[in-house]
Amino acid sequence: MRQKKDWFMLFTLICGFLILGFILLPLIEMVFSTNITSLKDTISEKDVRASIWLSIYASTWASIISFLIGTPFAYFMARKQFAGKRLVESIIDLPIVIPHTVVGIALLSVVGKNFWVGKILYQLGIRMIGSVPGIITVLTFVGMPFYINTVKDRFEGIPPRLEKVSRSLGASSLATFLRITFPLAWRSVIAGMIMCWARAISEFGAVVIIAYHPMIAPVLIYERFESFGLNYSRPVAVWLIIISLSMFILLRLVTIPRGKGK
Amino acid sequence: MITIKDLYVQLPDFSLEGITLSLNKGDFFALIGPTGAGKTILLETIAGLLPAGKGQIWINRNEITCLPPEKREIGIVYQDYALFPHLTVKRNIEYGLHFHKKRRKDVEKYFNWLIERLNLVHLLNRYPDTLSGGEKQRVALARAMIIEPSLLLLDEPLSALDQNFREEIQEMLKSINKETKIPFLMVTHNMAEVLSLAKRVGVINKGRLEQIGEIKEIFHTPKTPFVAKFIGMKNIFFVSFKKNKALINGLSIQLPREVQELEGFLAIRPEDIIISRRMIKSSARNNFQGFVKEIINQGFLFEINIKVGKTEFKALITPTSLVELELKRGTSVFIAFKSTAIHIF
Repeated sequence: MRQKKDWFMLFTLICGFLILGFILLPLIEMVFSTNITSLKDTISEKDVRASIWLSIYASTWASIISFLIGTPFAYFMARKQFAGKRLVESIIDLPIVIPHTVVGIALLSVVGKNFWVGKILYQLGIRMIGSVPGIITVLTFVGMPFYINTVKDRFEGIPPRLEKVSRSLGASSLATFLRITFPLAWRSVIAGMIMCWARAISEFGAVVIIAYHPMIAPVLIYERFESFGLNYSRPVAVWLIIISLSMFILLRLVTIPRGKGK
Repeated sequence: MITIKDLYVQLPDFSLEGITLSLNKGDFFALIGPTGAGKTILLETIAGLLPAGKGQIWINRNEITCLPPEKREIGIVYQDYALFPHLTVKRNIEYGLHFHKKRRKDVEKYFNWLIERLNLVHLLNRYPDTLSGGEKQRVALARAMIIEPSLLLLDEPLSALDQNFREEIQEMLKSINKETKIPFLMVTHNMAEVLSLAKRVGVINKGRLEQIGEIKEIFHTPKTPFVAKFIGMKNIFFVSFKKNKALINGLSIQLPREVQELEGFLAIRPEDIIISRRMIKSSARNNFQGFVKEIINQGFLFEINIKVGKTEFKALITPTSLVELELKRGTSVFIAFKSTAIHIF
């Protein structure tokens, strides 16, 4: 017996194809309209290599900083109930919702010489504007929420009873975290770092305000597009995609669950 | 010896009030109460995982009320076992040893004895998610026992197990308790577990201990209506007393002794009520005529609800008796019970 066609389910499927096409078509078109020679020529340019390297370098630092500070805080947020927790969660999410240029302007007013933070940094000899530390600061600002949220979700999924048993067996709260909680969460830690890294490497608006130079890859792409046009900026963009994707795939492979001890 | 004195725990939506109990070396103490009575909270407070609001906890001559859990030497075995999923059975069991410095030879000997005793030798290299419920329970037990705790807390140790594992674990718990002399404190909502494992029992309800004593004592002389009901007394009535008589809805019941109070509770175990088709002649018994209101099949036994005037009594009989007495709904019957089978509180 033939069933009547379910038009709604067909519609949901069509929407799916539309979305996939929407995402993939521009990327595929960009990659395939770029020829191999121009890719080769572009990567041999010193400016391009420097900007891509700086993007990777600064984003990696943003991930590492998020890991170091974000992990304990994510654990705290996963385990403690307190008044105003919702508010704190919203604050963590703020960098996601604030427009990027606004982030740049806001950070600029804090690290500028007219504000005490800026003054202290200046006296310590740390220049934030137009510098690598400045870029790392911006990227950490925009990337951190992705790290914290990913890791916090995982911590919440680990039964507190495992930690309680560990404590009863003589482990302090730190030993419990290091021996039980963290080993159970490490895949999400990696996933969170990838999310943070991916968000950081794509940042343009906030960085361009704090540091036009030294140039990260998105700024370089923008500059080349403005000055010389599409054909000149596209190979850099393709290189950025290739490097980001291979990094993404590599790390994903590392974190695929292998049956035991997930 | 473990002593808990007047312990209070205050949580946002629950509180434990005035818990006092003590365990001696080798004791197997059961705390029984319905779900939500605060049993797990009490265990976690004793283990130091929840803060005590008031009161004291002592182990031998040391007060541990304010110690963090890792300094208490109290083992806990949860209902869901809470095995560390990323560690093998062996490393699960050895976990506590990282934090307890002991002579290596003694540790090895004890470890071997434990895994032998709990039948875990062949499982050492497995991961928890490949184990059956009974195996998990044995690993959890070994893990808690490896540090030779001064007290072992068991959270519903049998309720998550299949029937066929239950007996095995039951025997194991009993003999480990006997052999190591480590006091066990078990919480459960299952009377059968208490009967088969513990020597002493406390009944907990809504955060309060209603009664503590030997199992026999609790069974024979429940002190509150809740205890009576919880341990399976079904015929509980609010009555007014008149010397050695009690009145329920106009029904006069002969009591074993004179009672001073004017009002109170009276209970009769269903198995102490005898059903007959003819009046049994005996002066020492309470005899009433009624009719069968309902017959409920409980598996091995039948529960018969008998209405006498406005009062309903519940009695238990075997299937054979049911056939012999030819009971049906509406059958007119006599019930009888000895005055000594009556509990007053």
